[in-house]
Amino acid sequence: MSAVVETKNLSKRYRDKLAVNALNLTVEQGEVFGFLGPNGAGKTTTILMLLGLTEPTSGNVSVCGFNPTHQSIEVKKRVGYLPENPGFYDDISARENLLYMARLNRIPEDEARRRTTEVLDQVQLADDGRRLVREYSRGMKQRLGIAEVLVKKPQAIILDEPTLGIDPDGAIRILELIQDLNRQHNITVMLSSHQLQQVQQICSRVGIIVKGKLIVQGAMDALGRAILKGREWNFLLEVSGQADGIDRDLQSINGVDQVEKRSHGWFLRCTEDVRREVLSVVSRRGLGLLQLRSEDPTLEEIYLKYFREA
Amino acid sequence: MNVVFWKELADHFSSRRFMILLIIVLLFGLWGSYSTGQAIRQNSEMVPPQFVFLLLVTSSGDSIFSLATLLGFFGPLVGITLGFDSISGEYARGTLSRVLSQPIYRDSLINGKFFAGLTTIAVLWSSILLLVIGLGITLLGFPPNTEELWRMLIFTMVGIFYVGFWLALGMLFSLLFQKTVTAALASMAVWLFMLLFIPVLTLAIANIAVPDASTPEAVSRQMDIANAVGRISPSTLFQESVQILLNPTTGRTFGGVLPGQAEGILASPLAIDQSLGLIWPHITTLFGLVAVCFGISYIIFMRAEIRA
Repeated sequence: MSAVVETKNLSKRYRDKLAVNALNLTVEQGEVFGFLGPNGAGKTTTILMLLGLTEPTSGNVSVCGFNPTHQSIEVKKRVGYLPENPGFYDDISARENLLYMARLNRIPEDEARRRTTEVLDQVQLADDGRRLVREYSRGMKQRLGIAEVLVKKPQAIILDEPTLGIDPDGAIRILELIQDLNRQHNITVMLSSHQLQQVQQICSRVGIIVKGKLIVQGAMDALGRAILKGREWNFLLEVSGQADGIDRDLQSINGVDQVEKRSHGWFLRCTEDVRREVLSVVSRRGLGLLQLRSEDPTLEEIYLKYFREA
Repeated sequence: MNVVFWKELADHFSSRRFMILLIIVLLFGLWGSYSTGQAIRQNSEMVPPQFVFLLLVTSSGDSIFSLATLLGFFGPLVGITLGFDSISGEYARGTLSRVLSQPIYRDSLINGKFFAGLTTIAVLWSSILLLVIGLGITLLGFPPNTEELWRMLIFTMVGIFYVGFWLALGMLFSLLFQKTVTAALASMAVWLFMLLFIPVLTLAIANIAVPDASTPEAVSRQMDIANAVGRISPSTLFQESVQILLNPTTGRTFGGVLPGQAEGILASPLAIDQSLGLIWPHITTLFGLVAVCFGISYIIFMRAEIRA
């Protein structure tokens, strides 16, 4: 595995504000990397520096082995970029928009036409290709944006907030599309977002940036373990029947740290897997089991924890 | 650059505002030429004046403005129209960062846009002149002579630089102001300033420099100063060039001539190389203005951060 994106002590200063502070980021070939952070954390600025659209104040960047500041053409040949809220020439059709981008990439005319059809099909816009972009919905525009990134057959794609302002169904379609591109076409994906739940589903690795600093980067499950070490096992128990006093029984189980009453049951923080013991408590008391669910830390919890600590 | 160039050119020729300006210029301008042509034709006893085709451009006939005046007036508007949203428009639509994330050099975008604008101006200007020539041939029944054609060609060159300056200025403002409307208003403000205030300003400065204009020498000096200051404005440069270039019989000097100086001047028209010699500084200044304006835009654009 080789790194597609690698930054070393990358910094960007705007007048008195340090937008990106000594960032060390690595995105490996073939992965889906989630670049997370609250608004204004420096995500977009970092991406702009990766593409040579703005110059870093200090530090080194390498994208596909090239320096984006001095060899931006080489980088842009290999990397597709979808900005936040991508705009299109809305007085011409979606197809013509794609053809223009293909021409800018110096793709020969008939090859460009073939690829346009192919990518429109890939993002499920084949039937709307001849319509004016003006008539497109936001979700369709976003998919058109992805289609356009694909026209150049990129080695990697960088997507800035790809699901921003899109309804849940549309967002899922976009995320599925991204996952599909990664798996079937082996395209490295780097996507920035502040919508954790959505991104959690498809990212193999994430990096969290707050106030210009990269706080942590790593695989999803490793991040979870690192944060919540010591109390990894959380369960939600819900029962039916007379359950008064069950919390005392639960508390007495070896390995249960803490029992909290929730509106519909009990939340257990444990040091080990106590599901078997919990079940025996429930059956001893003659109660019906409605659910016993493992509550793994979500990315949101990880994120909030890091976010607050920063 | 080619790809951007052709797309921009297509955009210009299909845009509605461009069509509107073209129609205004054609209607009013050709009206002047037509009525002049008609007058010459009716009066068949008179020998047609020398350089009759140039007269079609400079004479207003029944119309309010001559074609040359109209081009001088609307030229800046055409230039600003072509330029004011070239960068800010892309920015507002959100297409700028997408285009620049394609593997093209950054200057190919701004170069493509600028040269597409210049080409549009050249096509517009020369087609208007060709229409006038066609109209003239139909009305008068003889073709223009070589000298008239050369003068019209140089007139086209001057026109391209003149409108090109406004194009470059519009582009510069479209870079400086990210709002399209602000860029348009700023360009219009400069245009109005050049058109209305510079003439007033020149007189004021000349009056301050030479307060007592009682002797002929002082009057002449005052006029020279006024002329020199006025040449800051590309409109003045254009008007003076037209005056010399398209009126070979009368246009031989700028500003006033003392009776003593006019003594002994032959009534023959000025040769084309002499006319060209007179306005050569004007042409180079116009060219310089265009180059400086575009150069500033180029430098700003190359260093700008492109945020979506």
